[in-house]
Amino acid sequence: MDKRTPVMEGKNITVRFGDGCSYCRSHPELEKGRCPVCHTIWGVRDVSFQLYPGEILGIVGESGSGKSTLLKTLYFDQAATSGGAYLSLYQDGQKNILEASSQQKRYLRNHLMGMVYQNPMLGLRMKLSSGSNVAEKLIAAGNRNAGSMIDRSTELLEHVEIPTERMRDQPRVFSGGMQQRVQISKAIANNPPILLLDEVTTGLDLSVQAKVLDLIRSIQEELGIAMMIVSHDLAVIRMMSDRTMVMLGGRVVEEGLTDQILEDPLHEYTQTLVSSLL
Amino acid sequence: MLQIENLEKEFIMHIRGDAEIEGFDCISFSAKAGTLIAVTGPSGSGKSSLLKCIYRTYTPTGGHTYYTCEDGNVVDLAVAEPWEIIRLRATEIGYVSQFFSVIPRVSAIDILTNTQTARGIPSKSARERAAEYLEKVGISPQLWDMYPATFSGGEKQRLNIANALITRPRLLLLDEPTASLDARSKEWVMNMILDLKQEGAAMVGVFHDEIAIETLADWRYEMRERQMVPIDYKMDYAQEELAAFA
Repeated sequence: MDKRTPVMEGKNITVRFGDGCSYCRSHPELEKGRCPVCHTIWGVRDVSFQLYPGEILGIVGESGSGKSTLLKTLYFDQAATSGGAYLSLYQDGQKNILEASSQQKRYLRNHLMGMVYQNPMLGLRMKLSSGSNVAEKLIAAGNRNAGSMIDRSTELLEHVEIPTERMRDQPRVFSGGMQQRVQISKAIANNPPILLLDEVTTGLDLSVQAKVLDLIRSIQEELGIAMMIVSHDLAVIRMMSDRTMVMLGGRVVEEGLTDQILEDPLHEYTQTLVSSLL
Repeated sequence: MLQIENLEKEFIMHIRGDAEIEGFDCISFSAKAGTLIAVTGPSGSGKSSLLKCIYRTYTPTGGHTYYTCEDGNVVDLAVAEPWEIIRLRATEIGYVSQFFSVIPRVSAIDILTNTQTARGIPSKSARERAAEYLEKVGISPQLWDMYPATFSGGEKQRLNIANALITRPRLLLLDEPTASLDARSKEWVMNMILDLKQEGAAMVGVFHDEIAIETLADWRYEMRERQMVPIDYKMDYAQEELAAFA
């Protein structure tokens, strides 16, 4: 049986805020990931996962469960305390990217991974035009031809339905949904094989949310990008993901096929979560 | 093609004081290529749970579901890795659910087209085949570009069946596929299922409808007290089995 190679593999990733003590080191199941003795927060604790080519992996959990911290760690916005992440397309999957040099991290961000944040301020430069925002990513990947960059930016923004005449506008004058769409076009500008999405539709109204999700799904079908989608919204996870991980207090408490997680949740927390579905 | 050994399912409801609910116990049967196993029994007897355990929407608590893949490999679906299940669902195993959950904001014809393009069929021929199947299940052309969320129960169910059959699965799980259909569309659907059976697919179906069982089933079981009890089977099969022994 040929086992598929994951495009990304996380191994025992831990992100700890504080030094920890003998109590919390020996008690993996802390309430909210917080040590009652030394007050260390275990943001992400011993998380391992595989992301397979072309799949959407959903991550659900309550606020503070560590799902966004995990994504930020993978995109180097947050330093990991221990553990590793490996990309099959980077140094034959031998290099722990969490320990990469800043030059290597820049390469990884510009060529192999894209990130879309919940807050567009983190992903976009609000005072540059939308076109320049996308072009910035192209320049970072080594593109120096103005003509081809303008063509590519136009194509990308058209793809996410930003009208060409608004390319010169700054994202700060855009609506929330439009900002997310510019962020998405920026994140996929260099055709990365991996896209990380952190609560991208949270705070958008329903019809705009639907449009952004449809866009992400069509990009996934078209380009076959492997995605990790973090959301606290089970409806988003149900619509988007093939497999789902459930996080609680920094740990993964359950993972499986999305329909199994929703219809036959095995862990107590997942059962509570699913029963809260409206 | 499908061999089930001592499959069991028990639900533990942690949020209800760890209550244990028994689904079913020690179920064993096999389905050969080109046969349909019909499972009957009262509501709540665990028929749908059995199908969901085979499809892995439910995680079985024990036992094995051996499935022989197209490439000849045998996979135990009960414990296979999720990525393997996703691959098999996309290529070989179909499931017609009792309640059709549609992908929102995708038109009927696009649903059928996408199901095929996901398997690498070029979009032009996929679209032609999608139209052919919509016609076969009797969905009127003016609905083809509509969102199925607006369809009637019977139309949804027929679309559901078309969507499962269009990829010609080797193993098909049917959960009351004819329940919400009128006599005419029931016949269309039954003919389509028979066609697929003749192509050599193995099928397990939950039915209440006697006519459907008469027409489609080769073997019949009933869920009784969490067990699957063989009821009767068609004579030609019995004779075939006897001939094989002789």
